[in-house]
Amino acid sequence: MTVGIIGYGAFVPRRRIRLEEIAAVWGADADSYRRGLQLHEKSVPGKDEDTITMSVEAARRAFVRSGGVDPAEVGAVYVGSESHPYAVKPSGTIVGEALGINPEVHIADLEFACKAGTEGMYLAQSLVKAGEVKYALGIGADTSQGAPGDALEYSAAAGAAAFLFGADEERILAEVVATYSWTTDTPDFWRRAYMHYPRHGSRFTGEPAYFRHITNSARGIMEKAGLEPEDFAFAVFHQPNGKFPIRVGKRLGFTMEQLETGWLSPWLGNTYSGASPMGLTAILDVARPGDLILLTSFGSGAGSDSFVFRVTERLPKVQELAPLTRVQLDNDKIHVSYGEYAKLRGKIRMAE
Amino acid sequence: MRDVAIIGVGMIPWGELWEKPLRTIWAEAAVAALEDAGVDTVDLITVGCMSPGLFVGQEHLASMVADQIGMAGVPAARVESACASGGLALRNGFAEVASGLADLVLVTGVEKMTDVDGADATFALGTAADQEYEGFHGITFPGLYAMMARVHMARHGTTVRQMAAVAAKNHANGLLNPNAQYHLKVTVDDVLASTMVADPLHLLDCSPITDGAAALVLAPVDRARDLAGGRPVVKITGSGMATDSIALADREDLGRLRAVQLAAERAYAMAGRKPSDIHVAEVHDCFSIAEIMVTEELGFFPPGEGGPAAENGLTALGGRIPVNPSGGLKSKGHPVGATGVAQVAEIVTQLRGEAGQRQVQGASIGLAQNMGGSGGSSIVHILEVAS
Repeated sequence: MTVGIIGYGAFVPRRRIRLEEIAAVWGADADSYRRGLQLHEKSVPGKDEDTITMSVEAARRAFVRSGGVDPAEVGAVYVGSESHPYAVKPSGTIVGEALGINPEVHIADLEFACKAGTEGMYLAQSLVKAGEVKYALGIGADTSQGAPGDALEYSAAAGAAAFLFGADEERILAEVVATYSWTTDTPDFWRRAYMHYPRHGSRFTGEPAYFRHITNSARGIMEKAGLEPEDFAFAVFHQPNGKFPIRVGKRLGFTMEQLETGWLSPWLGNTYSGASPMGLTAILDVARPGDLILLTSFGSGAGSDSFVFRVTERLPKVQELAPLTRVQLDNDKIHVSYGEYAKLRGKIRMAE
Repeated sequence: MRDVAIIGVGMIPWGELWEKPLRTIWAEAAVAALEDAGVDTVDLITVGCMSPGLFVGQEHLASMVADQIGMAGVPAARVESACASGGLALRNGFAEVASGLADLVLVTGVEKMTDVDGADATFALGTAADQEYEGFHGITFPGLYAMMARVHMARHGTTVRQMAAVAAKNHANGLLNPNAQYHLKVTVDDVLASTMVADPLHLLDCSPITDGAAALVLAPVDRARDLAGGRPVVKITGSGMATDSIALADREDLGRLRAVQLAAERAYAMAGRKPSDIHVAEVHDCFSIAEIMVTEELGFFPPGEGGPAAENGLTALGGRIPVNPSGGLKSKGHPVGATGVAQVAEIVTQLRGEAGQRQVQGASIGLAQNMGGSGGSSIVHILEVAS
């Protein structure tokens, strides 16, 4: 049975904060962050935007592109995030309710730092492949947290991507050719219960964590699928900043031409669970029939999920049906001051 | 006193050695030195290590590492003098052999610094300053050396480009050292364009955080001749140590490093040498300004001439007095307790003529200068090829 993406959508909040605005508050050197991390600005969730609302927006767009799939026929919903609004109480139930999917559905919230989104995608496609459900929805969404003044504050951003999986041949936009995961216990980034902000192992998050897992996962899936870097039209890797995805891509043998379409982080920031999935939506927005796409996520802790997709004849027919990811990223921006950002991110202590 | 030789050198690649614990990197360097010396037992182990308690939560280090190489039973002692701990480990080993208390001594230095984050590493290093009068008021080492740099600049006209030239030169040397942490080509302009850490010191004026270990084996010269197997025998001819106040506020003169000057005087006196006799030197360039000040205190250049000397290539490989051919702390890395031992390992390698591309031609007399904190301690050793 052929399983594939039958609908996809992304949501980018309109608000942005420039790197200079953050650096000025902390007396930091904006140029060195721009050079070192290749970041210019990042998205900021508005007062009424959180992991749940962004998941709903992205998923609605996935349904629009699905050619009329009845939400009630979706048998599974997985929301991957490290910023679920509730510590106990699922995001997915609200998402399912808002989309008209409930109640005959299996729903779960997932968390695995920045790779919870691709976990949802993996589970969704696997259940469809197994014949357990007709359609399944995998979502990656985050309003990610960086401690004030920490290096993460320059990148932690907000956004969502949703993918509807199914096996109806006539609906498939991009067939799942292969999947592969590579996981170890590598404590490079964590947040314990009741901590407001995550902690990270600084440079330890680089080679032993991000680069090692992505490299092994991407090489593993290419070996499994019998493919080489030059076989792909596009590749997207987890994008915690602007620099890492290009460095790992080039190390694996990909060219800038293959990498730049899904490379959103310089102007979007790190949307954590949404990061590589949103890059995939930007690729699906422009990909042509027959194109092969490599997606490799990374989640601290640590692991990488990889997917190879092959684009079908149907994709070009649905690309324009919902807002394109780049269009959302490049237009209608509202730049906020650090003060507004602090208010929106709940960093100001209010009267009790 | 007996004449003392260094018969074994052990160096390993330095860097962010996340996959190896302290005991492992120590053992790798120790075993390399024992193999180089051709001995499998020693009478004493000395371990220079500044702060295993804060960096890896381990004290009682010397016994632990002795056991790690199957030498439980052998006397072993950790010594500490902040970033000069390695130099002190050598001086103590030297005294034991010279006095006849021991014949073979394994001198080691080690520091595992990347198991903690930047803030914790900064705190641990900060304990080498006067906590009550400096640390608790918020200053860290870049700030202390920046103040010394300001005084040196005001008094002598030393420039930021001269300081940057030190960093560029040491990185150029480090490119030739396979064990160095950072193999980077760095220009003066790169240094000046790097992030300002503590004005006038940029990021590339500062030495890095490093995991590393180094080891030496000492023996009486007569024994050394038997074991040399045709290689040059390298003797320790001078050993000098001095202290100073560890708080800058207690110094008479912020533009001087008196402990370096005193330690050097004592080492020169013991060796019967003068600054112009030295062919190659490894000095403590924890910050670029430190190398400039140290080369003046060692008498290589008159006060105020250290900066121009670096800028004009006098301390480069092929210059009048090559300084830090290993890449120095700047490029080779600065695992604080290991640094003093590694400096001497480099000088022995140079005097044996085994330094490869970074070899200082014809070097037969070398000097190593190690320093604690902002100059609260300094240790100088002079080494010579035995005739």
